[in-house]
Amino acid sequence: MRASDLLHPRPEGLYCPPGDFFIDPVRPVSRALITHGHSDHARSGHRSVLATQQTLDIMGLRYGEGFAGTTQAAALGEAIALNGVTVTFHPAGHVLGSAQIEVVHQGSCIVASGDYKRQRDATCEPFEPVKCDVFITEATFGLPVFRHPPDTEEITRLLKSTAQFPERAHLVGAYALGKAQRVMRLLRDAGYDRPIYIHGALAKLSDYYQSQGIELGTLEPATVESSRKEDFTGAIVVGPPSAFADRWARRFPDPISCFASGWMRIRQRAKQGGVELPLIVSDHADWDELTATIRETGAGEIWVTHGREEALVRWCELEGIAARPLHLVGYEDEGD
Amino acid sequence: MNRFAELLDRLVLTPSRNGKLTLLTDYFRSVEDPDRGLALAAITGDLTIAAVKPAMLRALVMERMDPVLFGYSYDYVGDLAETVSLVWPQSPADVANHEPTLAEVVAKLQAASRSDGPKVLARLLDSASISARFAIIKLVTGGLRIGVSARLAKQALADLGKVDVAEIEELWHGLTPPYAELFAWLEGKADKPEKTALALFRPVMLSNPIGDGDLEKLDPADYAAEWKWDGIRVQAVSEGGVRRLYSRTGDDVSGAFPDLAEAMNFSATLDGELLVGDPLRATGTFSDLQQRLNRKSVTPKIQQQYPAFMRCYDVLQIGDEDLRAHTFRERRGRLEAFVQTLDPSRFDLSPLVEFTDWQALEELRRKPLHPVIEGVMLKRWDSPYLTGRPKGPWFKWKRDPHTIDAVLMYAQRGHGKRSSFYSDYTFGVWSGPEGSEELVPVGKAYFGFTDEELRQIDKYVRDNTIERFGPVRSVRADRGQGLVMEVAFEGLNRSTRHKSGVAMRFPRISRLRWDKPAAEADRIETLQALLDT
Repeated sequence: MRASDLLHPRPEGLYCPPGDFFIDPVRPVSRALITHGHSDHARSGHRSVLATQQTLDIMGLRYGEGFAGTTQAAALGEAIALNGVTVTFHPAGHVLGSAQIEVVHQGSCIVASGDYKRQRDATCEPFEPVKCDVFITEATFGLPVFRHPPDTEEITRLLKSTAQFPERAHLVGAYALGKAQRVMRLLRDAGYDRPIYIHGALAKLSDYYQSQGIELGTLEPATVESSRKEDFTGAIVVGPPSAFADRWARRFPDPISCFASGWMRIRQRAKQGGVELPLIVSDHADWDELTATIRETGAGEIWVTHGREEALVRWCELEGIAARPLHLVGYEDEGD
Repeated sequence: MNRFAELLDRLVLTPSRNGKLTLLTDYFRSVEDPDRGLALAAITGDLTIAAVKPAMLRALVMERMDPVLFGYSYDYVGDLAETVSLVWPQSPADVANHEPTLAEVVAKLQAASRSDGPKVLARLLDSASISARFAIIKLVTGGLRIGVSARLAKQALADLGKVDVAEIEELWHGLTPPYAELFAWLEGKADKPEKTALALFRPVMLSNPIGDGDLEKLDPADYAAEWKWDGIRVQAVSEGGVRRLYSRTGDDVSGAFPDLAEAMNFSATLDGELLVGDPLRATGTFSDLQQRLNRKSVTPKIQQQYPAFMRCYDVLQIGDEDLRAHTFRERRGRLEAFVQTLDPSRFDLSPLVEFTDWQALEELRRKPLHPVIEGVMLKRWDSPYLTGRPKGPWFKWKRDPHTIDAVLMYAQRGHGKRSSFYSDYTFGVWSGPEGSEELVPVGKAYFGFTDEELRQIDKYVRDNTIERFGPVRSVRADRGQGLVMEVAFEGLNRSTRHKSGVAMRFPRISRLRWDKPAAEADRIETLQALLDT
């Protein structure tokens, strides 16, 4: 059968007609397969949801227990039959619980990557390349300018800055699911053992990460009720990026604003956002990881989705690999 | 090279002066010679490397990657140096075991001939990391643009060695990269370098503003008064055939004023104001002077249209005689005689202003006889020429600033302590025919208000936002509603860069006019009238 008969875009999301399910639908559907817990991929209100246990747990934390009619946990590597279509979840290395979804039917194999990265990350299972006929890749950082440095180098720069400016607080903007915990874990792995102060939006998810055996050390709420401004002198405070433009940030002494994101590779992005210390730490694959992964999957055809599709499609053309953009709506390509 | 690259990356994003100083002193302290000295030279603009044109850079990268992919990349990033540093293909074999040092990079670039320059550059880019590539490209394309002046770099050196910045400025033009003897002195490992070069800068004497109640404590008989000229402070040093014009921070600006340098056929050090026009007939305004500023070189036509001259008000040295320890009265006498001997179309004397008491001087200050006068200077007759800004001997008493009522249009978030406050304001005045007035931006200010007022404006901005662009918010401002701010400024220049056609000098918020309806703010014609006086 043609690959596009097995999976193709519909307004609700990527649809599999023979299996009658959607992958990461943006509107409520009858059966949804979810790659990971970020809110543009994992929405509430589906009748049934199939995802990894950790993704289901995260959805429960974010939306409350009744986020779906029924749920089913998919173990990594376990083949599950849905109306004669076989689906298997494989680790994607994006955030805790994230998975690629392999869809096989009548000898045809498509892998939907969801979001993924190849850099080592102590807070989730590493990406596992899966041989397939069609690989659906994300392209958030699908331009040759995006080259993420090793995350340890970035954390070293943060720690160096805390030593250089001990009288100031370092506010690290990081998305609440995944990035924040990864940054905290990197700090611990680099030997930072002071308490890390966190914004309230991070508390539940960080507790969950710790309950899954990912050590983040002592985390304390960055609240004013219990502390004075001087208490944050020299502290590292982690919170969602939006909080730093807010009045919330006023409680910290002369803060240095840092932002952990792949977008920080571009100086103008840092400058526009008023970021003084950009940390290039990304949960998405950079250009070199994207192109290496496409080669590793051995796929004869590449569908490119959310992000900068055109450059990756061009690269595939130059490599003699069939490729086309897959226009899915409703995903924020900015999130990292 | 990586440490230098990291320094550049941090400096460009660090807005506070103190933050920059910390980064610079840490760098100078932790990096060894000659790298740190070369970095210093790169920052102060004293490093000579043959320039590579942007077209050449683009050609180099095009040989190495698909032009379509390069096009997508450049469109996205928007900056050629940055794009090339990011997309430059690197094979694992290129990554040398040894990262090149700044000294090695500079040596290779300086040794390269015109024809093999691009090849040398390409090999360096092959061996460097992404940030190091960016730094290398900045070095060869000229202009680091990191928001650090030579003056600030010298202040960092002064902090490093715990010496007065004046000492560094005085030595500076006798030193050459990589400044090993300077660093050795600053670190206490060697004596202060000897001043051997000719025509060095002498740190200048600065004045304090007259504050409330200052005058009552001063005796008019102790002070001479002069007009305060609205030009740029310069020091003309001519010694043994070497002629230099220095800015007040010791930057050599001779290159921009060859007409004046030409007339420095004397052996002395003079302190005065650089102005344009003809001292015997008409002195140009600051707008005229601007035609001559911030230029590396200057065309004969501009020199003819806006000839530079120096209005002298002090003399530091004549021949071998250092006059700085003498009183102002004595120096003034020597200056008056000395200026007589100079080309009268290039040098004249700043006249003393006769006055009997402060009241009389106040009258003169308020009604100066020429638009290029911005107040009066008071100088103690018995004061020696001291470095820096000693309190007491010299005062400046400026004309009152102009003010205008303008309407807040945009607000931008600040940095550091102000990072969660909308603290940088763009304001406008009304323009256009009655009935269809529109606000046209006339300036930007980020100080002049108290912390409490900042909190109030911040709240106003958040409550009245109509659009957001990154850190900038567009605030509701129409005939019916808007926040009126009284803006004080020192002067107005014509500007072709701003839609309004005017650019304010030293604007600041002087008062918040919560009481004033937006429709009653000033019109652009009010500012235009100021231009024409």
